[in-house]
Amino acid sequence: MDLSLLHYDYIWKAVLGCLFASITAGIAGTYIVSRRMVFLSGGITHASFGGIGIGYFAGINPVVGAAVFGILSALGIEYLSVKQKIREDSAIGILWALGMAVGIIFIYLTPGYTPNLMSYLFGSILTVTRADLVALGILSVILVLYFSFFYRTILYISFDENYARTYSAYVDFFKFLTTSLMALTIVLNIRMAGVILVLSLLTIPPNIAMLFTRKYSSIMKLAVVFGFAGTSGGYLFSWFTGIPTGASTILVLVLIWIILKILTAIISNRKNIKLIQNN
Amino acid sequence: MNYLIELKSVTAGYEQKMVLEDVSLVINEYDFIGVIGPNGGGKTTLLRVIMGILKPVKGTVVYNEKLLRKKDIGYLPQISSVDILYPLTVVDVILSGLMMHKGIYAKMDRDDRKKASAIIEDMGLKGFEKATLAELSGGQIQRVFLGRALIGKPKLLILDEPDNFVDASFESEFYSRLRELNSRMAILLATHDVGTISSHVKSFACVNRHLHYHPSALLTEEQLAAYNCPIQLITHGPVPHTVLKKHD
Repeated sequence: MDLSLLHYDYIWKAVLGCLFASITAGIAGTYIVSRRMVFLSGGITHASFGGIGIGYFAGINPVVGAAVFGILSALGIEYLSVKQKIREDSAIGILWALGMAVGIIFIYLTPGYTPNLMSYLFGSILTVTRADLVALGILSVILVLYFSFFYRTILYISFDENYARTYSAYVDFFKFLTTSLMALTIVLNIRMAGVILVLSLLTIPPNIAMLFTRKYSSIMKLAVVFGFAGTSGGYLFSWFTGIPTGASTILVLVLIWIILKILTAIISNRKNIKLIQNN
Repeated sequence: MNYLIELKSVTAGYEQKMVLEDVSLVINEYDFIGVIGPNGGGKTTLLRVIMGILKPVKGTVVYNEKLLRKKDIGYLPQISSVDILYPLTVVDVILSGLMMHKGIYAKMDRDDRKKASAIIEDMGLKGFEKATLAELSGGQIQRVFLGRALIGKPKLLILDEPDNFVDASFESEFYSRLRELNSRMAILLATHDVGTISSHVKSFACVNRHLHYHPSALLTEEQLAAYNCPIQLITHGPVPHTVLKKHD
């Protein structure tokens, strides 16, 4: 093996990018999937595109704009559905489309060329900057610590919020904090997987993990492993074919899911047949 | 008999709408109170005031701290609101009953797991520790949540419409279990199925914006009419037969 490869910056970028993406997406994805927040997360993702557009227009880092918009849209959805009594999925649908429209409008209004727009939409490891990696790295550490220290608290608030309110005065605080971390995870992973597909990066790995275990902490850990397999496999695939990394990552993940689903189905069928034969 | 909780002239509700008005009630050790009343009449609100999750707008709730703190209340909520598909094992659901006694940095240790094992055995769920709720029957799910309510060794057990998840075959077992629990703790059971529980509870509290406490388990048509409690009830067994028409 040609060890001089390790001197190349882009190899490190790719490895660290995949690592941090899979840690953040694995942890956040498990939370989103188990809480049935997938549609909500789709809304946050697409709404944050508005922040990307405004970022371009205002001359600031589009990721910062996306982060602000992401958290605001999460709060906006909660506000609309709780205080204004709008159905939650309608609220999501509204902000989803509104965010995209705002983003498109501001990009149109931005004079000159909008660099890396395609990479925001479709993802590209190659245009990931050092700042992106540092941010993802810090978020990885934050998420690992957050879910370690507050594991039981978060677990039980997610499972039965009403019951949690009988013993904890902090339910709303934790919900807000965790949702904000989810929004941040989505936004920071937009560089890797693109707005269009980042949601799949969060939802597929936990679903693969759930083929093997029903324990929440195990699902998180396995989701990180499968996420890494998907992102690194996707990167390799992208390297050889030129297909954007977002799409190739999703392809690899879905392939892994299909193969493992078939395998586990065959194995459990064999188990059932053996049980029947033994009786 | 010592009192555990006393509600004095409590008025409580949500935002602009008051659901309970001038409600007074004393809950004593080893009471077994059936809380009955029409839907929307304030049963659940009353339970939330008793548990301390809802603060009354008027009046006070007094806890006899020597015998009972808020965390000594076990709660079995209406089960339908929980996501059965959530990836949580039976052990973990039952352990969450201990969160009442822990802070936000809660961790579960060996002692906690021993308590959970004991409860699992008591509830007849041995072997199902690692199962998820989706793999259990309705009656088993109810026992998991009852286990969650009991693991903290409460002095007062509150059950909110437990009959929704109980099928006929499981019923008598459920009520004999409650009878046994009543020897160790007070029980408050909210239900709209007056007929079944009347042979098990020791007293009634009828809630319809106001509260009327009846210190006996026998109810006649006249008494229910006097309490303005519009309940249709058909009873069987050792309770006097009373078939009621709807009141206003």
